Amino acid sequence: MSVPTALLGLLEPRPSHGYELKREYDALFGEQGRQLSFGQLYGTLARLERDGQIAIDGAEPGEGPERKRYVITPTGVAHLGHWLAEPEQPNPQLQAVLFVKVVLALLSDRPAAQYLDAQRAAHREQMRALTAMRKRGRLTTALLADYGLFHLEADLRWIDVTAERLDQLRAEVVR
Amino acid sequence: MSPSDGVILAAVDVYKNFGSTAALQGASVELARGEVVAVVGPSGSGKSTLLHCLAGIFRPDRGEVWFDGRRIDQLSDDRSAQLRRTAFGFVFQFGQLVPELTAVDNVALPLLLNKVHRGDAYERAGSWFPRLELDGLQRRRTGELSGGQAQRVAIARALVAQPRVIFADEPTGSLDSLTGERVMDLLLDNARAAGTTVVLVTHDARIAAGADRDVTVRDGVATSPARSTAVR
Repeated sequence: MSVPTALLGLLEPRPSHGYELKREYDALFGEQGRQLSFGQLYGTLARLERDGQIAIDGAEPGEGPERKRYVITPTGVAHLGHWLAEPEQPNPQLQAVLFVKVVLALLSDRPAAQYLDAQRAAHREQMRALTAMRKRGRLTTALLADYGLFHLEADLRWIDVTAERLDQLRAEVVR
Repeated sequence: MSPSDGVILAAVDVYKNFGSTAALQGASVELARGEVVAVVGPSGSGKSTLLHCLAGIFRPDRGEVWFDGRRIDQLSDDRSAQLRRTAFGFVFQFGQLVPELTAVDNVALPLLLNKVHRGDAYERAGSWFPRLELDGLQRRRTGELSGGQAQRVAIARALVAQPRVIFADEPTGSLDSLTGERVMDLLLDNARAAGTTVVLVTHDARIAAGADRDVTVRDGVATSPARSTAVR
């Protein structure tokens, strides 16, 4: 999650105060302990201001820094637009780790099938937790859970296909 | 040996062959009362055969099946059919509704077969329609329903006689992903509210994730990785 661009995105529709930004951020993106700390919030706002992506649109007199009103600048709008339009690098990290584990298990004559079974069980357990989260939440929460569920499902398919072909893989990697 | 307390349904070391094909080779599984268990595994692993043995539809070649403290694998065909009518409900992937009958006729059918008074049967059948988001469809012939609607009628029919166990074999197999998930939510929410045990056979990991735990069947043998911690 990119906190700076998320804050730019929240500021684009209308200027806002720090506290209000944190409230909105946490409501949309703060699931599962990913809430923004005030330190992170104000540190990020200071950097965005330094980089000219946001500006202070007046502070209410006699108040502390949390009463500053922030507004996105044209530079900030351009940066946000670029970030949104740029596809993310597809990055199947977990599969790569699992792949290395399977190959190393086969090379060292350890029980790769058992490791895959354990991984499958862990994946299914996490899918049950995400399914419970999907059912109890708002649509934002449900879609976040769905994102995780689809990725775990893809991993599971890989685990199943690999488990079916362990003998073939062993023959190929063990010399 | 009989299963432990709190277990409503169990297969103990069950073997089942079809000709020279060994479908189950010593499968054992226990289900607690009110538990929702997904039976998962590769195609041809024996998961549907296990469901059919647990439900008394197939008679095991060897091993025992227990329901509510009684062995049911040696019941006569008549007693077995009676047990299925009174204590079990079924949801399958295809072809379970009678197309010539209306939706509410289909739902009332298990009650009528159990000799429930006609008026009472239709009243109880009708009460399931709002719960399964089927308002206004009581008089529709089931051939005129969408796949998701037909499957929800099948769920109502499975639940209407207040069964102790629901057996669902690939209940979302013919539905798109969103419809399938909604159908599953309705099945499991209603079964849980009634305290009904559910045996759910599925190849779909997302559908299986709605269960309390899963049992994997591979090469005719059932294993349950999270048995000790996941039972509620």
